[in-house]
Amino acid sequence: MKNFFRISFLIASFFGFQFNSNAAEKVEYLKTDWSFKGPFGKFDRAALQRGYQVYQEVCSSCHSMKYLSYRNLMEEGGPEFSVEQAKAIAASFEVKDGPNADGEMFMRPGRLSDKFVMPYENEKAAQAANGGAYPPDMTVLVKARGGGVDYIYSLLQGYEDPPAGVTLDDGVYYNKYMYGNKIKMSNQLSDGLVEYSDGTNASVEQMAKDVTTFLMWTAEPHLETRHKMGFKAIVYLIILTVLVYFSMKRIWSRIETKV
Amino acid sequence: MSEHEYTPKSKVGKWFNDRLPLLTLANHLTDYPTPKNLNYWWTFGGILTFCLITQIVTGLVLAMHYIAHADMAFQSVEHIMRDVNYGWLIRYIHANGASMFFLAVYIHIFRSLFYGSYKSPREVIWIIGIIIYLLMMAAAFLGYVLPWGQMSFWGATVITNLFSAIPLVGEGIVTWLWGGYSVDNPTLTRFFTLHYLIPFLILGLVVLHIWALHVPGNNNPIGIDIKKPSKDTVPFHPYIVIKDGFALLMFMIVFAFFVFYTPNILGHADNYIEANPLVTPAHIVPEWYLLPFYAILRSVPDKLLGVIAMLSAILILAALPWLDTSKIRSAVFRPLYKQFYWILVADVLILGYVGAMPAEGLYLLIARIATAYYFLHFLVVLPVLGFKERTTPVPLSITEPILGGSPNLAAVKKKDSFKDQ
Repeated sequence: MKNFFRISFLIASFFGFQFNSNAAEKVEYLKTDWSFKGPFGKFDRAALQRGYQVYQEVCSSCHSMKYLSYRNLMEEGGPEFSVEQAKAIAASFEVKDGPNADGEMFMRPGRLSDKFVMPYENEKAAQAANGGAYPPDMTVLVKARGGGVDYIYSLLQGYEDPPAGVTLDDGVYYNKYMYGNKIKMSNQLSDGLVEYSDGTNASVEQMAKDVTTFLMWTAEPHLETRHKMGFKAIVYLIILTVLVYFSMKRIWSRIETKV
Repeated sequence: MSEHEYTPKSKVGKWFNDRLPLLTLANHLTDYPTPKNLNYWWTFGGILTFCLITQIVTGLVLAMHYIAHADMAFQSVEHIMRDVNYGWLIRYIHANGASMFFLAVYIHIFRSLFYGSYKSPREVIWIIGIIIYLLMMAAAFLGYVLPWGQMSFWGATVITNLFSAIPLVGEGIVTWLWGGYSVDNPTLTRFFTLHYLIPFLILGLVVLHIWALHVPGNNNPIGIDIKKPSKDTVPFHPYIVIKDGFALLMFMIVFAFFVFYTPNILGHADNYIEANPLVTPAHIVPEWYLLPFYAILRSVPDKLLGVIAMLSAILILAALPWLDTSKIRSAVFRPLYKQFYWILVADVLILGYVGAMPAEGLYLLIARIATAYYFLHFLVVLPVLGFKERTTPVPLSITEPILGGSPNLAAVKKKDSFKDQ
C-alpha cells in the first residue's frame, strides 16, 4: 500500500510541474462564482438564456458562432429554450439556401437544423469591417484562451484609460487583461445595455458573467453529462477497486508473501 | 519457459492444439512462473498494455468521424465533440490517454533503471522497449497534429524543420516530408496515415517485448536470478493477474479524473484555435511528455548539434546494458548507484520544467547544466560506478532471507520499498 502513496505523490508532483509551467505569465483575473465549476458543477439555465441574449444583441454583430446550431439552444444541458422558443429564434434569421431549381441562391427563414448565421460573408470581409482585426469565432473561445472563463470575464470588464506613456493607434484600445494590453475591440458593455426579460439588472458585471457562462456552454455543450457520468464512473471504479483489493488479499493469503 | 509438456484434456482441444498450439500458449501464460516479490512498480507493464488497447479502440472510433483535410480537420473534431454520440468522451479518453500512456511508460522505464532490468540476459527486451518508446513519441507527435489547431500546425512546422539541419540533403528531406513547400494538406493526410499505422507496429513490438520477457522471465526487486518454477515464484494466474488488475483500477481512477473533470488541462489552449499559417503562437511548446528532450534540443546553440544531442539522449538508452558495468542488477544493493539514480530522476524533471520555459537567461543555463549531467550520468557515472562501487551482499534466493541468514534481512523483507533500506 505504501507504494501507492508514492505513486500518487509522483503523479501529483509530475502534474504539479505541468500546472506551474503553464501558468507562466499570469495576471490576476477577476474572480466570480461559476456554477459549472467543480465535480458537480451545472450550468445556471437562466444565466445561459441571458448570456445568449447578450451574445445575440452585442457580440454576434462581429463574432461568429460557427459550430453551434439553433437546435442546440433547446437541447438538454444547455439554455434549454422550449422547442417553440428555439424555432422562433431560428426563424428570426435569414439563411442563404440553394441553389433552387432555377439555379438561384435564395434567402429563407432559419430552421432548427441550421448553423448559427455568420456575421460576415468571409474572413476578409470581417477584417475589412474591423480595422484589419478578425473577431475570433466564439464557439470554443474559452478553451482557446489560457485563462479560460476568468480571462474572458475579466477582459470584458478590463477597459481602462491607458497609463501615461502608452500611446494607442486609432482603433486600438487599452485593456489590462489583454495579452500586451492592446485590443482592437472597443469596450462593448455598459450598464443597462440589454434589457433582460427576467428582470435581472443588466449591470456590466452581470452581463459579463452571463455571456461568459454562455460561452462556456458553447465550448463544452456536454459539460453536465460529463460531470454526472464522471461521478458515476469514479464511484464505480472505487467500489470495484476495493472489491478487487480484498480478492487479491484473499488469493495471496494462500502463500506466505505479503502483497 | 515452463519445461513441462502440456496436453489439452478434451479431444477437440487436443486435435486443435496439435495443429495450432494456442492452448499450449494459453497454458504457458497462466502458469508462467513469476517472482513472488514483485512490487507495484511491476504492474505498469499490464497498465501499458491497457493504455495501448484503449488508444487503438478509441482511435478507431475517432477515425470513423475525423476528416483528414486541412479545411475540415478542425471542424470535424468539433463535430466529434458536439454531435457524435459520446464523441466528447471518446476524444477526451484518447487525448488524455496519450498522457496517461506516457506517464505509465516513464514509470516503467524508471523502474527498469532502478532494478537493473535492462542488464543481461534482458538486453533485447530493453532495446525493443526503447524502439516502442520511440514509436510512441512519433505516434503522439503525429496525433497532436491531427486536430489542426495552432499548436498542431506550428509544432509540426518546428519538428519537421529539425530535419533541415542535416547537411546537404536537409532541405530536400523537409520538402519531401511536407509533400510541398510548407506544412499543408499533404502533410496532414500523411501524418494521419502514419498515426494510424504506428500503433499497430507498437502492438507487434509489444508481442515481441513480452515474448522476449518470457524467455529469461521477470527480473525482481532484489535482482537475482531465480529458479523457475520454485518456492520463489508464483503462477501468473491468479496471483499476478489480480495484482495487476488492482493496480490497473487505481490507475483508471486517476485516468477517469482527468477525462471527466479536467480534460483539457494537459493540452495547450492554442490548439483550440484553428491552424493559421500567418499567425505564429507566442510560445510553441510540445506536450509535457516531450519537454525534457525539447529542453536538450534547445540547450545546444547549434541546430544540427542540438538535433544530434536530442536523438542521442534517447538512443543512449539503447546502449545502457553495456554502459552500466555493474554486475549487480538491483539498486537495493548498490548504495552509490541509488543516489545517482535519484539525481537522474530529478535531472529529467528539471529538464522537463525548463523545456516548458522560454529558452533564455537562467532557464537556458539550467537546461545546459541538466543536459550535460544527463549525458554525464550515462557516459561517465554508470561505467565508472560498476568498477568503484562497493555493493552490499546479495541474498541467494527470495525466500532465503525470510528463513533467516541474510545480512540484508531488513532490505529484502520490505520488498515493496526501495527508498529506506
